[in-house]
Amino acid sequence: MKNPITGLNKIFDNRIRLGVMSILVVNEEVSFNDLKQMLEVTDGNLATHLVSLEENGYIKVHKGFIGRKTNTTYSVTRNGEKAFSDHVHALENMIKGLK
Amino acid sequence: MEEQNQEQSRLQDVKDIRRLMERSSRFTTLSGLSCLAAGVAALLGAWQAYRYIQNYYGPHPSEWHYTNAAFVQLRDQLLLLAFTVFGVALVTAFYFTWSKSKKQGISLWGHSSRRVFWNMAVPLGAGGLFILGMVWQNEWRFVASACLLFYGLALVNAGKYTLADIRYMGYCEIVLGLLNLFLIPYSVVYWLYFWAVGFGVIHIIYGSLMWYKYDRKSAD
Repeated sequence: MKNPITGLNKIFDNRIRLGVMSILVVNEEVSFNDLKQMLEVTDGNLATHLVSLEENGYIKVHKGFIGRKTNTTYSVTRNGEKAFSDHVHALENMIKGLK
Repeated sequence: MEEQNQEQSRLQDVKDIRRLMERSSRFTTLSGLSCLAAGVAALLGAWQAYRYIQNYYGPHPSEWHYTNAAFVQLRDQLLLLAFTVFGVALVTAFYFTWSKSKKQGISLWGHSSRRVFWNMAVPLGAGGLFILGMVWQNEWRFVASACLLFYGLALVNAGKYTLADIRYMGYCEIVLGLLNLFLIPYSVVYWLYFWAVGFGVIHIIYGSLMWYKYDRKSAD
C-alpha cells in the first residue's frame, strides 16, 4: 500500500478517500449525509470509497436508526489514524524538500 | 512537466486536508455583524431599563415610593424588557449569520452548527432557568452576575467548535460576572452598568473585531 520511496499511501491518492479521512480524524463520529454534504459528492461515489476504506481497516461503520430511518455513521480506526498521519507527514516532507 | 503537476497536486492535497479538517470541526460561518447587533440590542435594552429604574426611584429620595405595586410593575417591566432584548438579539444574530451562510453557499443547519448550538444551549438553558428561579425566590442581587457568568460559560463551551474569538469573549464575560459579585455595592444601577458592559460593549468590541478579521474581505 505504501510507496517505499515516497512514503505516500496509495489508498489516499483519491481525493474523496483523502477527504473522508481528513474529516474523520478530527470528529468522533460522522454520518453518511454529513460526509456527503461536506465533500459534495454523490451517494454512490461516496459509498464505494467508504467500502474500500472499511475493507482496508481504516474506518469503522456503525449502523443505527433514528426512528425508522437508518443512520449510518463512520469513525476512524487506530490503524486508519496511523496510516493517515504517516501519509500527511510524507506529503509535508515532500513539499518541504521541494522548496 | 510531470514533476510539476505532481507537486501541484500534493500541495492541493494538503490544502484540502486542512480545509476539510477546519470546516468539519468548526462552525466558521458565524458573522461578526450578528455579535455587533446583539451588542446594540443589549445597550438599547440597558438604557430602557435605566429609565424604568429611575422612574421607580423618582427624582428625589423623599419621593421614593417603595410600594408593592410599584415594585411588581418594575419587575414585570424589566422581565418583559429582558425577554424582548433576548428575542431581538437572537433574531438579528440569526439573520446576519444566515445571510452570510447563504452568500457562501453553506447550509446553516450542518453537523458543526448543530454542535455549537447544543454546546451553547445547555449552559444557557440551565442558567436561564436558574435566574428565573432566583427571581421567583425574590432574590435579585445575583441576577446580573449570573447572567454574565452563565453566558460566559456557554461561550467558552461553544467556543471549542467555532471561531476562537468566541471563547475569549466568554472569558471576558466570566471575569465581569465575578467582578460584579465581589466589587460592587448593593445597587441596581451598578448591576445594570456591568450588564451593559458585558452584553453591550463586549459584543460590540468582539463583533467589530470578528467582522474586521473574517467578513470584511468577503463583503467586498
